[in-house]
Amino acid sequence: MRVVLAEDLFLLRDGLVRLLEAYDFEIAAAVESGPELERALAELEPDVAVVDVRLPPTHTDEGLQCALRARRRRPGLPVLVLSQHVEQLYARELLADGTGGIGYLLKDRVFDAEQFVDAVRRVAAGGTAMDPQVIQQLLARRSGDGQGPVDRLTPREREVMELMAQGRSNAAIAGKLVVTERAVAKHTANIFVKLGLEVSDDDNRRVLAVLAYLDRDR
Amino acid sequence: MNTNTKSGGAGSRARGTVLAAGRGLALAVASLPLSILGFCLSLVSMALIPIGVGALTTPYVVKGVRAYAERRRALAERWGGLRVPSAYRPASDSVNPFRCTYALLRDPATWRDLRWLLVDMTAGFVTALLPAVLVLYPLEGFALAAGLWRVMGDGDGGAYWYGFVPVDDQPTALGAGALAGALLFVAHRYTVSVFQVHFRLTEAMLTPSQAELAERVRVLTETRRDAVDTSAAELRRIERDLHDGAQARLVAMGMDLGAVEMLVDKDPEQAKALLAQARRSSAEALSELRDLVRGIHPPVLAERGLADAVRALALRLPVATEVSVELEGGRVEAPVESAAYFAVSELLTNAVKHSGAGRVWVDLHHGSGRLRISVTDDGAGGAAIGAGSGLAGVERRLGTFDGVLAVSSPAGGPTMVTMEIPCVLS
Repeated sequence: MRVVLAEDLFLLRDGLVRLLEAYDFEIAAAVESGPELERALAELEPDVAVVDVRLPPTHTDEGLQCALRARRRRPGLPVLVLSQHVEQLYARELLADGTGGIGYLLKDRVFDAEQFVDAVRRVAAGGTAMDPQVIQQLLARRSGDGQGPVDRLTPREREVMELMAQGRSNAAIAGKLVVTERAVAKHTANIFVKLGLEVSDDDNRRVLAVLAYLDRDR
Repeated sequence: MNTNTKSGGAGSRARGTVLAAGRGLALAVASLPLSILGFCLSLVSMALIPIGVGALTTPYVVKGVRAYAERRRALAERWGGLRVPSAYRPASDSVNPFRCTYALLRDPATWRDLRWLLVDMTAGFVTALLPAVLVLYPLEGFALAAGLWRVMGDGDGGAYWYGFVPVDDQPTALGAGALAGALLFVAHRYTVSVFQVHFRLTEAMLTPSQAELAERVRVLTETRRDAVDTSAAELRRIERDLHDGAQARLVAMGMDLGAVEMLVDKDPEQAKALLAQARRSSAEALSELRDLVRGIHPPVLAERGLADAVRALALRLPVATEVSVELEGGRVEAPVESAAYFAVSELLTNAVKHSGAGRVWVDLHHGSGRLRISVTDDGAGGAAIGAGSGLAGVERRLGTFDGVLAVSSPAGGPTMVTMEIPCVLS
């Protein structure tokens, strides 16, 4: 699987290259600035791009803007955005086109190599990988008035929904919560009923549906 | 007048004379009704304050007069070459008209403007009109001398007076012509200076007094001290947070790793546990650093500017928050941007914590050199500046930039806090 990597700090870039290569990814390019990323995405047609939000020369949200532009040119281009901070504003912008293949994670998440690589693979396959912090903020704000549909979920259902919103499959959720896959399926069905969402097998679509639901009266 | 054959200096003086006369006439005609109108409206409006109506109208009238005075200041600079400084206190567009009126009445500049209007409609009018009279009146004398005297008499043989010359036959008419010539000479020499007197008058009446300038310096000194104190305290907090937080965790991590080095052969199990602990320490250090950075300069503010930073802030609130922005694409100056962001952040925190609001509205608007931000909630109300509400801190923060804060929060709500900071967009 060919990866384009954009990160301006040498140490981190180097570490990411080694990490990804250790898991049998092919690094098509490892760049350190916005314009270079722009060129690499246009010419190399990678299977997935791993991009830092803040890049030279402007040191603003150059990486994010590049990723968004690249996805407008090539809809569905899988992009995993890494950042020192996660902001819902950016998460929404990434999810806005609804085509999937999007990830948005804190840089810390690379500490857990297995999970990070899993996230890259999920995104490359067209799924989503949202940082737990984004999901928690979303859920926290919905429970503010104590009346919303999210508040009618049982604690276990909330756990399942958090993992689901991060983009994990039923099997992964079952593994994480140490329950059977059938139990997870039952929980997800309950969640969909309580939130008034249609049942869907497509991982990506169901995450987007959950996020859209949580977001809808904004 | 055959100015073309005269020297260039005299020619330009003649042009200056005619120009001054023309401008003076226009100014006199335009300013008299405006000055009288402004003066009368101000008096009536202020007289009506006791019955309440005046409090609603006074802010508008006073602001109108100020705009008019500023126009005349600009004119004095353009036509008279005199820079007339203005020292209006920053006016708050408080939602409470009484408070707004009170603030305007306390500003000495308001009373100075009134005094100026009075002088402008009398002495100011005369000095503006005089140049035109000086230039036009001799023309009548020449016309009389040229034969107009025949039709100007009053019919009963009485004389027609031109200045102090009674005109009733050709010789006296020629006398009037001579007087006109003398007058024209005076006009040629003095018209420009007379017109200048008008602007000197404006300058004398509209320039703020030493006391006001001293007051302004005092306010600036105070806000500067506040700003320095605040940033020093902020630096101390950051230093302490780093020392007790991230720094300590990194030390602990180093120690854990040292222990791991020793244990890795002897007791791999224990080493693994320590490694896990070291990783946890590094994650915690990172998250502390993140919070610290957010407190110093939030990432979205650095990357996108005020509008998106406030939008991102709103997304993190547990209460539904609507943000509307009108900044015409520009970015606010960095220090103002930061002050405004933290002020909004504080107000939103207040709204969520204390008001019990179900909805919050934030409105960002930039117009006529001011950034205006209002934060409104549908909560319980009863907020006041001081009383440990955090609003005093916000006020101090804004004071550094001459910004003002107005609070309207009747018991039972809603609460509306409006901030205004003078600034330009880049």
